[in-house]
Amino acid sequence: MGSIFNAQQIVNGLQVGSIYALIALGYTMVYGIVRLINFAHGDFYMIGAYAAYGAFYLFNASLGGKTGIVAFLVLAASMAASGAVALLANKLAYKPLRYKPKLSSLITAIGVSMFLEYFFSALPVIGPSYRSFPEIIPRTDITVGGAIISNYVVIDIAVAAILMVSLTLLVRKSSLGKAMRAVSQDKDAARLMGINVEKIISFTFLIGGAFAGAAGLLAGMTYPRIFPYMGIQPGLKAFIAAVLGGIGNIPGAVLGAYIMGLAETFASAYNSLIGEGISFAILILVLLIRPTGLLGEKTADKI
Amino acid sequence: MPALMTIQGMTHYFGGLRAVSNFGCAIQEGSIYGLIGPNGSGKTTIFNLITGIYKPTEGKILFDERDITAEKPYKIVQGGVARTFQNLRIFSNLTALDNIRIARQSSEKSSLASSILRTPGFLGEEKRIRKESLDLLDLMHLSDRAGEMAKNLPYGELRRLEIARALATNPKLILLDEPAAGMNPKEVEDLMSLIQRVRDQFKVTVFLIEHHMKVVMGICEYIKVIDFGETIAEGLPTVVGKDPKVLEAYLGKRGA
Repeated sequence: MGSIFNAQQIVNGLQVGSIYALIALGYTMVYGIVRLINFAHGDFYMIGAYAAYGAFYLFNASLGGKTGIVAFLVLAASMAASGAVALLANKLAYKPLRYKPKLSSLITAIGVSMFLEYFFSALPVIGPSYRSFPEIIPRTDITVGGAIISNYVVIDIAVAAILMVSLTLLVRKSSLGKAMRAVSQDKDAARLMGINVEKIISFTFLIGGAFAGAAGLLAGMTYPRIFPYMGIQPGLKAFIAAVLGGIGNIPGAVLGAYIMGLAETFASAYNSLIGEGISFAILILVLLIRPTGLLGEKTADKI
Repeated sequence: MPALMTIQGMTHYFGGLRAVSNFGCAIQEGSIYGLIGPNGSGKTTIFNLITGIYKPTEGKILFDERDITAEKPYKIVQGGVARTFQNLRIFSNLTALDNIRIARQSSEKSSLASSILRTPGFLGEEKRIRKESLDLLDLMHLSDRAGEMAKNLPYGELRRLEIARALATNPKLILLDEPAAGMNPKEVEDLMSLIQRVRDQFKVTVFLIEHHMKVVMGICEYIKVIDFGETIAEGLPTVVGKDPKVLEAYLGKRGA
């Protein structure tokens, strides 16, 4: 038995961290814009996984063999489905409560989350039981310096990296991104500069949802088992990652997610039960020392 | 000539408190109109009502021959009403240039799709917007601050940046909420000539809330005085300045 900090664990940790990062981004963006902890966000991830599942069987029947195209269509479908559900949740559940006390939206978010979980369990085509996720891209393993790396590791990390870089460019460079930053800082002032604030909020939900959808697909491929409650645990972990990095802060969410992914993997290598708990321990420690999270700025806002 | 903005019988309640009572005005195009009154007399509430942040309990706001009483704030801005704030509300995490640019861009209607796909038409437009924004900064003597984060600018410059940002939305009417607040006498002088220059150069109408009597009396062409939400005097600066009710509201009742 070697050290738990070997190359294999680092690779595994980065892989888990990538999936957490994609989910955590949605949490942090939505919080940044509307100061809402969207507890249904983990369920958007679950929807992405199911959409990918359905899309694979749909497209594979007609385009069987063209793995690349099918995989791309499946990714698009999972992002579109989760993005659409996120938009809908915003429109139907959160928007009417926008200027009501914060607690109402928070409870509503829990309601939306439970609704999605139970509704999908009750749907005859989905059902409450586990489904095994198809192998969208054939799995191959290569050995690099003692670590076994499957192509899935590469795919997970690469897809997450591409999406995160695109998001960063969008937020930093585009006028839409600047409008998002303006809205997150001062909604009334943004409105009075002619910014359609509701449109920006919808767009934020759309992107956040789509990213969670992509994470759902990646997780489905990597741990090929999906079920309607699969979003609870990763959703919670991603939320912790977002808080760890400083909620509302985009690089913070990514940093938090990779810290969590690595810490969990190292701890699990030592003892799998510690692995489950370590993220919570880290969260408590960090919040004790830096209540705003690692990269969070001081704010007068209270949740 | 019809007024650019007419407000009729506007009343607004916060719960049981009547913040604005039967407010009316007709603001002529190209004029500088002043609204004064002691603290808490409802001045900023009137601005919030005009810009759609609050909806009046009663009354009607006509702007540019259109009823804007029930319109959404961003539509009102796109229709030609811009404002600044009493306590600066600059986007401090954006650069000075981006503060202007975002206002310029939002007041125009480029589609979401074209801004994401960056179509050639959009890129040309982007260039034009950048140029216009830089011109505005130049006018406010802020050119050398374009790339600076707004949070690093000193107070006086932020005030000017906020006026530039309001102008960037291409307004017909600009609402200035206590622009001279916190300024020293020299800055006040500069501000007065700036407001006049802005009016002439951009052909905008100015609606001004101010405490600073020198500013109000110096540049306003018509003044309305309110106290506890009610209009207590109005007219030309020279007349209003001598009105006993105005003096009382500001200085208290004169003892025997």
